[in-house]
This record gives sequence, structure tokens and C-alpha cells, in this order.
Amino acid sequence: MALITAKDLSVGYGGQTVAEHLNFKVNSGDYLCIVGENGSGKSTLVKTLVKLIKPVAGEVKYGDGLMPGEIGYLPQHTVVQRDFPASVKEIVLSGCQSRMGLRPFYNSEEKKLAADNMEKMGITDLSNKCYRELSGGQQQRVLLARALCATKKMLILDEPVSGLDPKVTAEMYELVAKLNKEGITIVMISHDIKSAVEYADHILHIGNTIYFGSKNEYLNSKAGKIFMMMQSKDPHVGNR
Amino acid sequence: MSETGKASDGEYMIDKLMMYMEYPFVRYAMIVGVMIALCSSLLGVTLVLKRYSFIGDGLSHVAFGVMSIAAVLNLTNTMIIVLPGTILAAVLLLRTGQNAKIKGDAAIAMISVGALAFGYLLMNKFSTSTNLSGDVCSTLFGSMSILTLTRREVTICAVLSVIVVIVFIYFYHKIFAVTFDETFAKSAGTRVNAYNLLIAVVIAVIIVLAMNLVGSLLISALVIFPALSSMRIFKTFKSVTVFSAILSVFCAFFGIVISMLAGTPVGSTIVAADIVAFGICSLIGRFTGTR
Repeated sequence: MALITAKDLSVGYGGQTVAEHLNFKVNSGDYLCIVGENGSGKSTLVKTLVKLIKPVAGEVKYGDGLMPGEIGYLPQHTVVQRDFPASVKEIVLSGCQSRMGLRPFYNSEEKKLAADNMEKMGITDLSNKCYRELSGGQQQRVLLARALCATKKMLILDEPVSGLDPKVTAEMYELVAKLNKEGITIVMISHDIKSAVEYADHILHIGNTIYFGSKNEYLNSKAGKIFMMMQSKDPHVGNR
Repeated sequence: MSETGKASDGEYMIDKLMMYMEYPFVRYAMIVGVMIALCSSLLGVTLVLKRYSFIGDGLSHVAFGVMSIAAVLNLTNTMIIVLPGTILAAVLLLRTGQNAKIKGDAAIAMISVGALAFGYLLMNKFSTSTNLSGDVCSTLFGSMSILTLTRREVTICAVLSVIVVIVFIYFYHKIFAVTFDETFAKSAGTRVNAYNLLIAVVIAVIIVLAMNLVGSLLISALVIFPALSSMRIFKTFKSVTVFSAILSVFCAFFGIVISMLAGTPVGSTIVAADIVAFGICSLIGRFTGTR
């Protein structure tokens, strides 16, 4: 059974639907990229997948022993975080919050998990640094390490490379690809279709046309051809 | 000549302080003042970062309104209705903040000035007190001296402060998670709404407590200044929280001592001390280049 199965899913806010009749599956080990124009409901869709909002219609099924709380989610930046006094270590540790339940303090196992994930992301030497003083790329690594503390199975990333320079963007993609090779299922929103088709093995295109399938099928589909053409003319389409 | 004058002045001050300290009620007042200051600083960081600063302010006005009802009803123990009333207002404010027809800050402004107006209206019309303006003034700006607290008030304050500190320590990591990234916390299955509610209730308790010390108009200062000062210098959540608690206790202690010696109103003296501390912290922050 797939980790996530969406059946005739419609998503939106406050009763207003932004994307409807979505059908797709995410299997263990997949790397799914969600692409689409601005306002097509990409963010709304992943928020529905991590149960931040309820589906308007249809359903999302979680299988293979995946609990919704076990998805590592990397949301877009919030205003609060810009001047938040917190060390890298404190933030990464907070990824373990679902493990600790009502227990008031983190145990040594959780601290080790946080340390391991900082190591994996190459931010161990930053662990006592203040989050707001880091560069954009470093901040994303911190949030990625935090998301990894929350999951062993699946990461959902909401535009992880927005606002990063090309070099750091490439590093970020490599990092995510490496995690995928290690067995973590990836669902990523991307506005950068070229990288999406380079790294992902499945594509979900939402917006005026809806498409779900493997990358190669997508490249040969009508939706894929139009979208690729639009982006090569204007690289900022879908960029936010 | 002048130096010896200063020295004897100092000695005179210390003598006077020692004399005060011999009375048990002075010591109690001191302890309670310091404990209230400690509590009020704890959630300051969260309030500032969650953009909730004005919720504290709004709630303190609600507390004033409820207090005036208590005064009109001639209750001896005002805490009985002030505490639940303020907690209720905190919960309501948080609810409106979430699914808002009237947006958060407007709702707060509405409730806060409304409560203020009604409170004064009630006190003016129905109060049996002979010294009405004195009553109003001490509710708004705190008692002239913390020494007027009754034994019972001191006990209640002490118990509530201890509870607030315990709750804060127990939920410290949850409060951090919910403050730093509500979205992520929710996705990880943390019951964000429950913790926001907890934060609101604790704030309400703190405000009712602090009302005894600094009065309802000055409470926000007690909650926010230590946190802001601390954020000038420190960079991690833990160090900011710990330092703001220390700073708040320090300022409250000196504020109370100065108010006793100089005969100034205790609330505004403490707030003045907090402001001076903020200035010093800002300077330190600028020179060490943390901000």
C-alpha cells in the first residue's frame, strides 16, 4: 500500500476550493515534485497532507504504517522567525516534539537524534549560533534537520529553495536527493521545473490542467510540454 | 566633607532599610514583589514574539473592569472574581484572534477600552468608598506601597506565582515549539490550540498577580521590558528567558527598595527601573554588536 493516497481530493480554505479532483499516490521511496502556476493550490495541498487543514472534499489515506504526525514538514518562512532568538540546537531539538508527548524534557535519545541530524546536514559547528544570524541556505538546513527529527519515512518540503542563490539552491537539491537515496520519501513543491524534472521521479501538476504520473510520461504529456515551454520563455513563471 | 556627608547618607539609608526589614510584613511584601516580577517576565519573550504584546495590555484593562465590579459588590476578596473574569477574557481574545471577523488588534482595543470605561463608570456610580479617586488611581497605577497588601493577598500571590513558575518550566519546550513555529508544531501533532490556550490562561493569571504590584496600566511594562532588554543581548531562547527573569527580579527588588526609601509609588518606580535596564541593555547590545 502507498504511503499517501489521495482520492478525488479537493483542497481549499474556509470552504473555498482552490484545487479539486486530485488523484495521486506516493509510494515509499518516491520523489514527487508538485508543480503548477501561482495560486494553483500547491501550498494548500501540502498543508492538507500534513493535516494543517481539512480537505474540502475527497480523502487522503495514510498507509504503510505512516501516521500524519510522522511526516517531516518544512514550511515556508514566517515573520516571527526573522527576529527570533533561538539557537540552531534548540530549533533542531524541537523536531522531536512529537516523540516526547507530555514528557516535559528531551531525553538523551532525542538529543542524540538531533545531533545526528545536525551532523547529516553539516551544521554541527553552528549548533550554538543564533538562527536569525544564519544565511538563507544555512537556515534551510536547520529546518531540514528539524524535519528529519520528526520523521524516518517522509519529508514534505514547501518551496525549500525560494530566495536562495543558484549555488546554494543546487546544494539544497543535492542534499534532498541524497536523503531520498537513503530511503526517505520526498514530496516537494517547486517552482523550478527544470530541477523538478532533473531530480524527481514523479510529477504532480496542478492548476488549469491536472497531471499525475512519472517524470518521463510528464515530459511527453501536453501539460508538461506547455509548462516547460512557458518556463523556458520566462523563468519566473510560477516563481514566488 | 561632602564625602563623609554621602557616607552618612548611605548609612542612614541602610539603617532605614534594616529597620523596615525587621517587620515581617515588609519581608513578605518584598518576597511577593520579587516573585510576581519573576512570573511576569517568563512569558514576556513568547508574548513579544507572537505579537501578543497588546493582549497583555488589553487583559489588564479587563482586570480593572472586573476589579471595579468587585469593589462595587464590596467583596473583601476581589481575587475570587477578578481571576476567573480575566481568564475568561483571555480565552475569548484568543478565540477571536483565530477566526476573526474583527481582527485581533481591533478586538483587543475594543475590549480593553470598553472594560476601562465600564469599570470607571461602575466605580463612579455605585462605589460606597469615600476616597473614589484614590481607589481608581491605586487600581490603575498600583498601591502607593506594596506594604498595604493583606496577609491573605500575600499568600494567594505566593501560591499563584509558584504555580506559574512550575507550569512554565514543565511546558517550556512546548511553549518554545509553539512560539517558534506554530505550523510545524501542528504538523508534528502538537496540540497547538491547547498550548495557546494554556499561554493565554497563564498570562491572565500573571496579569491579575501583577495588578497588585504595579496596577493595571503598568502591567505590560513588567511583562515586556525584561524580555525586550534580554533580547538585545542574548541569542538563544533559553538564555533570553533566564536573563529576563533575572533582570526582572533585580529591577523589582531595587524598585521596591527605592520606593520604600524615597517614598515613591512602588509600581512606577519598578517600571522606571525596568526602563533604565532596557537602556543599558540596548547600549550593551549595540557595542557588542549582537543586533
